Amino acid sequence: MIIQALAFYLFAFVAVAAGVLVIASRNPVHSVLFLILAFFNGAGLFVLLGAEFLAMILVIVYVGAVAVLFLFVVMMLDINFVELRSGFLQYLPIGGLVGFILLAELLVVVGGWVIVPEATSVAAAPIPPIDQVTNTEAIGRLIYTKYIYLFQASGLVLLVAMIGAIVLTLRSRAGVRRQKISDQVARRPGEAIEVVKVTTGSGI
Amino acid sequence: MDELLREYLPVLIFLAIAIGISVAMLLASGILATQKPDSEKLSAYECGFEAFDDARSRFDVRFYLVAILFIIFDLEVAFLFPWAISLGKIGLFGFWSMVIFLGILTIGFVYEWRKGALEWE
Repeated sequence: MIIQALAFYLFAFVAVAAGVLVIASRNPVHSVLFLILAFFNGAGLFVLLGAEFLAMILVIVYVGAVAVLFLFVVMMLDINFVELRSGFLQYLPIGGLVGFILLAELLVVVGGWVIVPEATSVAAAPIPPIDQVTNTEAIGRLIYTKYIYLFQASGLVLLVAMIGAIVLTLRSRAGVRRQKISDQVARRPGEAIEVVKVTTGSGI
Repeated sequence: MDELLREYLPVLIFLAIAIGISVAMLLASGILATQKPDSEKLSAYECGFEAFDDARSRFDVRFYLVAILFIIFDLEVAFLFPWAISLGKIGLFGFWSMVIFLGILTIGFVYEWRKGALEWE
């Protein structure tokens, strides 16, 4: 139990510290690396809550893919970041507004739990006790049957994203020589070599 | 709940050992090694790349395409895990719902294959 509490405080502290460093560090690449650290600690917190599936997805999808994409964007933008920071005060009100809305939403959710703790049991699909059904299995029982339309819609969203990325960024270059293995295999000796009769002393 | 967390204890121990070893390596090389810094040690010898340079140069947009396609298939695989675990409970309907999902993404996969998005030239 004491290890659990220690792990919680370690993960929570590092997550908050990394979150502060994301917005405080001057180099945007360092920001992304601190974001990855924050994701890892968030995954640790999820494991402590018993939400294994969320923790693994956080590591696989966010750390493995989204953070890599962030790094790409940061590296790709050829921007002077010192210049970018000069508008910091200008964007402070709208940033503060977004932060305030998020805080209010969190308060509504947490307040709901505090006022009516039994609210989760009357939901459309109450959370099964974690010692009987694991987290991953509980979500698996729902999304493929009960929420099949949303599940298929997510498949279509992924398809649109795939096609959109290809349409937007795929450029075929002219003058590139590709190896065509079928052509190479289908080649016969008759097409490849030619026997020329050379008469003595005349050349070709 | 406690039983669940007990299964993760080796991960925590592993994490502690990994952090400990990396900190020890950094500290040991800082304390034990003789350090004689010299600007010539970091400069390129006669020719070649600068050893320390700004890494932020523009690169091909095709890396981005590969990253996006990787993310999409990554998400697709993420859907497979709960499906594999709960397959016994959700029955034939759940099985075919996943098959349709995979079918939709296979259409995209065939599209990108035919378009040549997977080729590097």
